[in-house]
Amino acid sequence: MSSIKIELRQEDLDKIHEICDSFDNEPLELINVLHRTQEHFGYLPAEVQEAIAAKLNISTAQVYGVVTFYSFFTMTPKGKHPISICMGTACYVRGAEKVLDEFKKELAIQVGQTTADGKFSLSSLRCVGACGLAPVVLVGEKTYGRVAPDDVKAILKEYE
Amino acid sequence: METIKITIDNKQVEVEKGTTILDAARKMGIDIPTLCHMRLDDLNIENKPGGCRICVVEVHGRRNLSPACITKCDDGAVIRTHTPRVMNARRTVMEFILSDHPKDCLICPKSGTCELQDMANRLGIREIPGQEIAEMSTYRKDTSPSIIRDLDKCIMCRRCEMMCNEVQTVGALSAFNRGFMAAVAPAFEQNLEYSPCTYCGQCVAVCPTGALTEVDHTREVLRAIVDPAKTVVVQTAPAVRAALGEEFGMKPGTLVTGKLVSALRELGFDYVFDTDFAADLTIMEEGTEFLTRLKKFLNGDKNANIPILTSCCPGWVNFFEHNYPDLKDVPSTAKSPQQMFGAIAKTYFADQIKVNRKDMVVVSIMPCLAKKYESQRPEFAVDGNPDVDFSISTRELAHFIRQANIDFANLPDSDFDRPLGESTGAGVIFGNTGGVIEAAVRTAYELYTGKKLSRLEFNELRGMEGVRQATIDFDGFPLSIGIAHGLGNARKLLDEVKAGRSKFHAIEVMACPGGCIGGGGQPLHHGDSSVLKARAMAIYEEDRNKPIRLSHENQYVIQLYKEFLGEPNSEKAHHLLHTHYFDRKAKIIVKQ
Repeated sequence: MSSIKIELRQEDLDKIHEICDSFDNEPLELINVLHRTQEHFGYLPAEVQEAIAAKLNISTAQVYGVVTFYSFFTMTPKGKHPISICMGTACYVRGAEKVLDEFKKELAIQVGQTTADGKFSLSSLRCVGACGLAPVVLVGEKTYGRVAPDDVKAILKEYE
Repeated sequence: METIKITIDNKQVEVEKGTTILDAARKMGIDIPTLCHMRLDDLNIENKPGGCRICVVEVHGRRNLSPACITKCDDGAVIRTHTPRVMNARRTVMEFILSDHPKDCLICPKSGTCELQDMANRLGIREIPGQEIAEMSTYRKDTSPSIIRDLDKCIMCRRCEMMCNEVQTVGALSAFNRGFMAAVAPAFEQNLEYSPCTYCGQCVAVCPTGALTEVDHTREVLRAIVDPAKTVVVQTAPAVRAALGEEFGMKPGTLVTGKLVSALRELGFDYVFDTDFAADLTIMEEGTEFLTRLKKFLNGDKNANIPILTSCCPGWVNFFEHNYPDLKDVPSTAKSPQQMFGAIAKTYFADQIKVNRKDMVVVSIMPCLAKKYESQRPEFAVDGNPDVDFSISTRELAHFIRQANIDFANLPDSDFDRPLGESTGAGVIFGNTGGVIEAAVRTAYELYTGKKLSRLEFNELRGMEGVRQATIDFDGFPLSIGIAHGLGNARKLLDEVKAGRSKFHAIEVMACPGGCIGGGGQPLHHGDSSVLKARAMAIYEEDRNKPIRLSHENQYVIQLYKEFLGEPNSEKAHHLLHTHYFDRKAKIIVKQ
């Protein structure tokens, strides 16, 4: 049984404490705390979860349980250019899955992962409200409509 | 009490408002099958996530079947517990659960005591439709010093999570992920070793399947017995004798001390001793330490570390090292009886029989899984040779006895060897919550007041309530005592101590509900708390039957001090019988 030691930068620790304090360190506000923290850091690495657990006086296992339950929370940093493929009904029937497969192949990562160089990450979402453009792909803030698997290489090239 | 009338399986019954269908049915003798549900009545412990859906019943007027464990009875409700629809649903639910469960029952450590196996049998499952194409959720296996986690066998009943968080407030385990890949694990799916786990083993005690089991050391023990170069010494904890019989079909609460000794001899141990001897020794050391601190305290010394906290329970020691490291000077420095025994066996006794400590193997039979970890702590070894080589649980011993085809139930009684097998009634009651402090009170009273006790049984220290308190008249001085069993209850008393508000002079803590009799290594109670009560009664019976019931009157303990240790808390006693504690709290370090 070894005691756990985690390392964080002072400014990151301060930020976590500030967020927890803003919710009165109330354990029932855990989900809100996690939202705000992920907003700030972009993701929720283990050290950050440990620090939140310590501040809210709850177990780290519990924090981890919540983080892994909700698909919005992520423990891997998003890429510089996060790619989201819409898998809503309209996009799906118009071949979004094939587009997704092509991204997976080109980037050699799975959904929820980030490329080793930190450049791209891949996620799927349900409907961006642009069904007329199906299938839709988002890269960062930019939207691509009527994407075919053949377009994937060209899209990625824009970000090289 | 407001009551309502309901009908279950065509029988009318009146129940208290708010009663669940399951409870109402059980009161009528109707046994609705359950899997995830578990309740220990007198301990206020209940697990009913309503997750498994095995207990579904038909409630007239409701479209869907209702889980009996979480559905409260409505006035006038008509409930049927075994319609074809219900039976069919239970079967389907079971088939789904089994489709994602390994089928290696033949070699599973839970085989024979597995609630899932029993339920599959009870529901008559003989095939699992679609098994050929069913996917299995698989996880990494984790082996810690005490507990093995094999999550492939987890059925998400969440009993372990409830025990770890609500009852013990340890917080090592939590459900993670969702849906198919959901299971229960420490944070970041780390090994238990890197979690705040105390190895109390209560998760193992309630796990219905083979997902959580103890590390089995019986093979190593057998190897030591077979080795002619080794002298194998065994010690057995008080709670074992009050529970082992259950493994051989005896009624809960049957004392099997004499048969236990015979069985250990039959198994080939060279010396069969009693941890109770070391319990008496613990009282001498801890009691003396307490009286020294108390005298300082009464002289106004603010650093006297009163209340003293007992330190025999290794789960409890792990708990305060993780959660209250700032209080680590408050518990008694006395080692646990298991470790005191090992230290004396490998010095005093080894010298007596002229055996080198390296050629002596000390085995302990314990109701406990934390004892496995405790025996492996580096501070309890001399040049890498541990004072206690192997600690095996009551369940492991039962397996061992069965393997050896020993007819346990028909064994004659026999007595422990001397010198380390002699014990008093005070040593025996260590197995119950409140027992250590009662044993300490018996001795401390006589040493403090110089008078003989007029009564030996302190009913005010006994019982099953989670937190208890009592004041004992020490010849005019009111000695205030606190008792907690279950780590969540201990936390309540600890918080008081930390805040400087504790009014107690001494506090006993046992990690497991009921004390050692309810330990994580005991025969499984399967949610029946009357089993724990019967064991507690058996322990008190053993105490009553002992000719000597005060630790300081144990002739062999007196002899040990005379020949070897000098006096309680002497330098030699400190060296062999006392320890110190470590800060294991998780730390956040600022990165430069």
